[in-house]
Amino acid sequence: MEYFLQQLINGITLGSIYGLIAIGYTMVYGIIGMINFAHGDIFMVSSFIALIVITALGVTVSTGLGMTFLALILVLVSAMVIASVFGWTTERLAYRPLRGSFRLAPLITAIGISIVLQNYIQITQGARVKPLQPLIADGYTLMTRVDANGEFAVQISNMQILIIVVTIVLMTIFSLIIAKTSLGRAQRACEQDRKMASLLGINVDRTISTTFVMGAALAAVAGLMFLLYYGVIDFFIGFIAGVKAFTAAVLGGIGSLPGAMLGGLVIGLIETFWSAYFSVEYKDVAAFSMLAIVLIFLPQGLLGKPEVEKV
Amino acid sequence: MAHVIDNPVLTVEHLSMRFGGLLAVDDLSFMAGRQDITALIGPNGAGKTTVFNCITGFYKPTEGCITALHENGEKFLLERMDDFKIPKIAKVARTFQNIRLFGGMTVLENLMVGQHNPLMIASNYTFGGILGLGGYKRAEKEAIEFAKYWMAQAGLMHRADDAAGDLPYGEQRKLEIARAMCTKPKLLCLDEPAAGLNPRESEELNKLLLFIRNEAATGVLLIEHDMNVVMGISDHIVVLDYGKKIADGTPEEIRNDPSVIAAYLGVPDEEVEEVEQEIDEIEEGASS
Repeated sequence: MEYFLQQLINGITLGSIYGLIAIGYTMVYGIIGMINFAHGDIFMVSSFIALIVITALGVTVSTGLGMTFLALILVLVSAMVIASVFGWTTERLAYRPLRGSFRLAPLITAIGISIVLQNYIQITQGARVKPLQPLIADGYTLMTRVDANGEFAVQISNMQILIIVVTIVLMTIFSLIIAKTSLGRAQRACEQDRKMASLLGINVDRTISTTFVMGAALAAVAGLMFLLYYGVIDFFIGFIAGVKAFTAAVLGGIGSLPGAMLGGLVIGLIETFWSAYFSVEYKDVAAFSMLAIVLIFLPQGLLGKPEVEKV
Repeated sequence: MAHVIDNPVLTVEHLSMRFGGLLAVDDLSFMAGRQDITALIGPNGAGKTTVFNCITGFYKPTEGCITALHENGEKFLLERMDDFKIPKIAKVARTFQNIRLFGGMTVLENLMVGQHNPLMIASNYTFGGILGLGGYKRAEKEAIEFAKYWMAQAGLMHRADDAAGDLPYGEQRKLEIARAMCTKPKLLCLDEPAAGLNPRESEELNKLLLFIRNEAATGVLLIEHDMNVVMGISDHIVVLDYGKKIADGTPEEIRNDPSVIAAYLGVPDEEVEEVEQEIDEIEEGASS
């Protein structure tokens, strides 16, 4: 029981990070029907930006709590801004010129951009893993059990609390933007009928750019969280995390915002529980098998709307 | 024989649109009055929708000049504007032959999308909206009031929170017009608004269009095949056939114009010369 609880906490934390990245995939797919394969690499780039800013500010675990907090806000904002610039530029250079082209064209450039970003970071930052000393230490012990095998404690670290809280807050803000603001309405309108939206005076190109920027900003948050949680990054993390988050988006129903979050959680939990109870080596196999099974029985994903065939 | 209008909201001059070897619109010139309902009619394939597509920026015309004029004297050359700027800045809105509502959104939301631009500015490009600043809340409230006003005119008040896609056909048509009116246009272009409506719905549509002309002081340009609508409410009719203008005038003049009758009903082969002669005589009479 205690072991289960501990894994649940770990799984939710991991799932939150996947969910944050998955939102970027799902929003972009919703609005232009394209899988932005470079999104995972935006996440990777932003974790490097976060690492650079943290190092530049000289934050360490011995920095006071208040100063660490302020510094992390600064890191978060700069990572979000720079990642947004990356997201915007990618869209402007690689996707917008191809908007009238056949469907496969932007997909191919997306893979190209992904390779470009990976190589760019590999050359400028080196191929070795970059470590970061943990900045946020400590945590809470929720319960302990003492038996013949020794002591087992269920713990939630401050870092995990931070990740879960930040994810919930951001999810709420983004859901409100989509549901309540004029920008969100414009995004949903573009999703359904881009031509009609432009005839109502909506600048469709700008709305699409904004969507990329929003996705990139969320990926930047995930990048910082990943860096703080795991403490090691390299130029290739974007690929694995990207594929997982993409799986999460498809699992939840691509195009659906709550679906992306739910898909992220499911993937995170499956991975964690599989590693905990079966074998660590096969955790990815388990996650992807789950995707295959869900798609066979629920092709539109968990929360996606079924595609209605137009006659 | 061009119908001269003192205070036009739209002037189309020498418009031609060529698709490869097909000249869909051939040297068309006409005007639409600021507070008039102007009907663009003609047999199928006459090029009416092509004219609409040129006006609203779907096509770049091969030749010619399309100008929107505002009361304050500002002029906008529509053929040079990006498509989203035509409704945003030149204030020309349109609807399509087939219904293009945002089916997954509610009726109210559809009307709010039409007011995107003023709301975007009021929300400081969303940042103010997130923080819930006073200016945005007020603007949002005004936008809802304005949407309600048009919902009431279109008789859709009881449907405000239903998904637009669930409305019956006639109500969807009226919602499209209401949504276009929410962009506060100076000219509203409607492509076959009465298509598929039953006589009662068509009657309601006439009322709505007259309201738009009289109370909202907006010019209406419509393509229509339903002669009840055309003859019943339009102030001015332009008739196209094979991309050329064959008549232009009041409903009375159009009804008795032999070239229009010939274009619509066709004439037996042996009478062609007779009719052509008649047309020539009328044209000479008009030009002299």
